Amino acid sequence: MLYDIFIDPFVQMYQMPDFFLQVLWEGFVAGILYALIALGFVLIFKASGVFNFAQGIMVVFAGLTLVGLHENGVPAYLALILTIGVMGILAYSIERVVMRPLVNQPDIILLMATIGLTYFLIGFGEFIFGGEPKRMIADELGLPTGSTAFEFGERGLVILQHIDVAAAVIAIIMVATLGVFFNKTRIGRALRAVADDHQAALSVGISLNQIWAIVWFAAGLVALATGIMWGARSDVSFALEIIAFKALPVLILGGFTSIPGAIIGGLIIGFGEKIGELYWGGLVGGGIESWLAYIIALIFLLFRPQGLFGEKIIERV
Amino acid sequence: MNAFVAKDELPQSVPATNSDVLLRVDNVSLAFGGVKAITDISFDILKGEIRAIIGPNGAGKTSMLNVINGFYHPQEGTITWRGSVRSKMRPYEAASQGIARTFQNVALFKGMTTLDNIMSGRSLKMHRNFFWQLLWRGPAEREEIEHRRKVEDIIDFLEIQAIRKTPVGRLPYGLQKRVELGRALAMEPELLLLDEPMAGMNLEEKEDMSRFILDVNQEFGTTIALIEHDMGVVMDLSDRVVVLDYGRKIADGSPEDVQKSQAVIDAYLGVSH
Repeated sequence: MLYDIFIDPFVQMYQMPDFFLQVLWEGFVAGILYALIALGFVLIFKASGVFNFAQGIMVVFAGLTLVGLHENGVPAYLALILTIGVMGILAYSIERVVMRPLVNQPDIILLMATIGLTYFLIGFGEFIFGGEPKRMIADELGLPTGSTAFEFGERGLVILQHIDVAAAVIAIIMVATLGVFFNKTRIGRALRAVADDHQAALSVGISLNQIWAIVWFAAGLVALATGIMWGARSDVSFALEIIAFKALPVLILGGFTSIPGAIIGGLIIGFGEKIGELYWGGLVGGGIESWLAYIIALIFLLFRPQGLFGEKIIERV
Repeated sequence: MNAFVAKDELPQSVPATNSDVLLRVDNVSLAFGGVKAITDISFDILKGEIRAIIGPNGAGKTSMLNVINGFYHPQEGTITWRGSVRSKMRPYEAASQGIARTFQNVALFKGMTTLDNIMSGRSLKMHRNFFWQLLWRGPAEREEIEHRRKVEDIIDFLEIQAIRKTPVGRLPYGLQKRVELGRALAMEPELLLLDEPMAGMNLEEKEDMSRFILDVNQEFGTTIALIEHDMGVVMDLSDRVVVLDYGRKIADGSPEDVQKSQAVIDAYLGVSH
């Protein structure tokens, strides 16, 4: 038993390095996708202290809008641009209808509001696009398909799906852009100001409404990218909403307010899940991938409650 | 309190009295539910003066500032800003029309550096929109540099060069107050509202702050309304003083007049019944 837990998995890793590399790659890709979802949460949490329950359904909604437009004869790229527009309108409406009347309410109220928003979007989405899963228009958008196999060692093979490579590249570009945007520009500075102190931000003439609309729009764009990438790997369906909860352990690991934290947290969960499943899952009959992330997060909570990069809150009494 | 530089001893580059009324408050009343914070207060602030608002704790001084910069909307009364009567004004509209302020308990952006905090005061002066900013390079970057220069002037003026890159949460309280003043100055305001700029400071810090306030007033011609508890400071700095007690105005006039007023003495020392 002890041998199975502590020694055998590492022996396997050593004996079949190609398989190990494949697992690492799978973990990397899963991690990137988790990070993308977590990023959507972090953006809104940073600016308004709201845990946006609706991020998952925004992913589905963005994906469905894109596919739905294309099904109705809109060319793929035009559909993409229109979907970005729809996410903009959605962001503006959320700010106007949900956020603005609730300014200065306790966080729990805002959380409840986003739960309400989730159910609204589910109903609205099903009403417009129907409930059945749809195929993501990955080809039409020019996303690469197929795969490349690399030979490794004597008879090993490592297979990279092109779509996964594309997902990684797009995620990295998005993260870099957001990083520069939030650290180097006026709006980014305003956003951090709003996150720190609402009153002070108002007093220097920052419009909370504008900032919130921008943040929700950015989260909408991240949702769209996530929707395309997840959709391309499976289908676009309301079941995708569930993956949003995978963002929770990622956020606990990385800290709710940190963009790099979201990335690193995503990667740790991604790697942890795949490696755990393939090397240790067999011991308990497999299927640990779905809950291992939460266990990892729990263990982290014990040692670093604020997450890897989160802000450490020290209250003075 | 002769440690302070008396206003009269400084060279008068800008005439201290200019009869233009910058802001006038008429019969303003403000209540929170059944609690009356301000009752029927009227006073004015002249262009270029330093106007002090004083009074015991809970007199409604901070509420008054909040009314002026739009955080609170009074139930009754009007506020005339630069000759036009304004109804409900949002804080960011007040900011864009030249009203800047600092807060009683420092409200800085704690996670950001001194530089970023003061830069955030330039928000309204920067105009490149969202899409330019996404590009970042080019016009938006040039704009950033131009404003950075202005901010550096303010940093020099307030003598806080050394803490430029320090996150403000780590600074001692006195310096935080100074950074907050810097952020308000970055807005190039016409009217600067200071809510207890010297609370919790030691004598030396108070002297520095007094000097900055006088310099801002005289060099930039900024009109200043300040709330302060240190009577020595108030009497030295201000041109005119308005005294509040329990939400009502009990005196208004020059520091000397106010000091002699029986109502003020009663409010501060208590009256025997």
